[in-house]
Amino acid sequence: MEATANIENATGEKVEIMNDVVAQPNVDDIHETVGSPFCENAKMAMRDVQVYYGDKQAIFDVGLDIGKNEVVAMIGPSGCGKSTFLRCLNRMNDTIDICRVEGSLKLEGQDIYDPKLDVVPLRARVGMVFQKPNPFPKSIYDNVAYGPRIHGLTNRKAELDEIVETSLRKASLWDEVKDRLQSPGTGLSGGQQQRLCIARTIAVSPEVILMDEPCSALDPIATAKIEELIAELSENFTIAIVTHSMQQAARVSNRTAYFHLGKLIEVNDTEKVFTNPEHELTEAYITGRFG
Amino acid sequence: MSSNTQSSNKPSTIDLVNKNLAKRYRAEKRFRGYGIASILFGLICLVFLFTDIIGKGYTAFVQNYIQLEVQLDADTLGISDINDPNQVAMANYMGVIKRSLRERFPEVTGRRDKRKLYALVSNGSGFDLRKQMEADPEILGTTQSLWFMADDDVDTYIKSYSKDGKVFTGRTDEMQQGWIASLIEADQVESRFNTVFFQNGDSREPEQAGIRGAIMGSLFTMLVTLLLSFPIGVAAAVYLEEYAPKNKWTDLIEVNINNLAAVPSIIFGLLGVAIFIGMFGMPRSLPLVGGMVLTLMTLPTIIISSRAAIKAVPPSIREAALGIGASKMQMILHHVLPLAMPGMLTGAIIGLAQALGETAPLLMIGMVAFIVDVPGGVTDPATVLPVQIFLWSDSPERAFVERTSAAIMVLLGFLIVMNALAVWLRKRLERRW
Repeated sequence: MEATANIENATGEKVEIMNDVVAQPNVDDIHETVGSPFCENAKMAMRDVQVYYGDKQAIFDVGLDIGKNEVVAMIGPSGCGKSTFLRCLNRMNDTIDICRVEGSLKLEGQDIYDPKLDVVPLRARVGMVFQKPNPFPKSIYDNVAYGPRIHGLTNRKAELDEIVETSLRKASLWDEVKDRLQSPGTGLSGGQQQRLCIARTIAVSPEVILMDEPCSALDPIATAKIEELIAELSENFTIAIVTHSMQQAARVSNRTAYFHLGKLIEVNDTEKVFTNPEHELTEAYITGRFG
Repeated sequence: MSSNTQSSNKPSTIDLVNKNLAKRYRAEKRFRGYGIASILFGLICLVFLFTDIIGKGYTAFVQNYIQLEVQLDADTLGISDINDPNQVAMANYMGVIKRSLRERFPEVTGRRDKRKLYALVSNGSGFDLRKQMEADPEILGTTQSLWFMADDDVDTYIKSYSKDGKVFTGRTDEMQQGWIASLIEADQVESRFNTVFFQNGDSREPEQAGIRGAIMGSLFTMLVTLLLSFPIGVAAAVYLEEYAPKNKWTDLIEVNINNLAAVPSIIFGLLGVAIFIGMFGMPRSLPLVGGMVLTLMTLPTIIISSRAAIKAVPPSIREAALGIGASKMQMILHHVLPLAMPGMLTGAIIGLAQALGETAPLLMIGMVAFIVDVPGGVTDPATVLPVQIFLWSDSPERAFVERTSAAIMVLLGFLIVMNALAVWLRKRLERRW
């Protein structure tokens, strides 16, 4: 597809950013997002978001609401900016020196890019699950207990035990690991590790969970488990998920946002996006003409 | 691809490949041969080095003793009151030893011959006798059969005597050789493990010289180096890797650190003289100052290896920590440093091993002085193992040759222990992710 440039962020991770704009049907003329990007009871509200990596602009004028207890899926071809946008939502892009974010990003009316705002409590409220399962090289128990410990949620062992158990139960991992909580988290299978990471995230009771392609490193059975889990979690949490799998987006999300070359093309109810897309680019993508 | 599509006079692809295959394999064999040859060369050098050092040095671990019947009468010793420590300390012990030598060889007359006779035993024998007297005052007035250290020339002669046909006479003359033969015949010469070598500090007399002073000096110097360089190095590495902005100043610092790692160590010695001794007026020859100079020398190594270890921590772990709301410091302390620790420790130990073998900068700050006392702390004048080796290798006495090699063996032993420790620590602390 389009050419991408790899820029290394501060943590050494490769970040794919868009380089050349390859001719696609009238992409430069798109200034409006079609569909319904905004909603009534928005948990997070983003307006006119621009993201730059150095001189290159990676996100153009994105406006999107994420409603309370809603699952929003973000889809689009590689390098379209969906991961970049997701990482803006809890300021994980701060670790990239050359990354600059403009526009208004609000969590319940609070500007998250306010210089006075502390990112530590923000990230406690907006948790993140990453593409590759990344448990700490510690025991299963310590993995889950780490967040509550650093945030000082409890000082009592019994309470901490309870948090660990509920988190693991919510991540539907408890039954598999309850007899070996002290064994290393890295010894679990890939799918179990990812569920451990989800348990670790929900242990600090965030309001929003961001998921950056959480199933891309997993086999279909583990993927199915995670998808099931996402559905359960949406009862208590607001979830934004980036995915490469359109089937996954269709299965788990309420609304779907289609990104293309840094622009938000279309946001609609998931069913509508996959059955009757409004924009020709969305249609081209979901029918597999590119992606 | 098939041959009938090609013109018949052209060889097929597979023939060409086969033709070249033999050539490729030969080249590969040669390539592997170069590697094996260099490893063999290294091994041979190592074997030569070790056989030479061990062959020269193993005799230093034994010392010959001579048995004498000593009459410890109070008059000759000059002790009128055994309870007076001053008298016990000042008594004429050498006198009674000399008398027993004269009695053992009554045929010796004449001042010059007698002096040669007295030279059979170490001139430190008087001190040994005093120690025995102090430990057990009861022996005053009795006649004791005691063992005394042979003088270094005699010791060297006896060792070469027992080793092979070629005898190294050294400074002993025929008359002395006769006496030694008579002593050996009477079973009055005994070879014992050389405890003195491990218990004493340096001495002008080879038979009384030991490496304990140098070992303790090295230990104290290393302690100072470790305590200073590891925390400073790790802190610098953490700042440069995690916090420092990327600009020309940090680039400059980075280039300088890399260059400092390659600066000849004697330059650090000069720096130490100028700053620690010249500007701050610290005394010379102290392990404290030596440790500080070696800290300057070791820091670049530790910083570079620590930075590499920190860089090697997978970014996913950092993201995981940041993603659940750890602050940067919590991320570093809870995740990055524990994972980087094996690498940082390995770097530190290798840096210390390098510092342990360092001579030149320590010569500059006066750790080359002749120091007899075993140091008891970082502020006692001391010397270190490599400097001790340097000093002994420069001494004319034959007996120092074997002691030099023995000291090298001790130093190599320390280095092997330190490297083994580095490997063990790495294995122990390494965690998989």
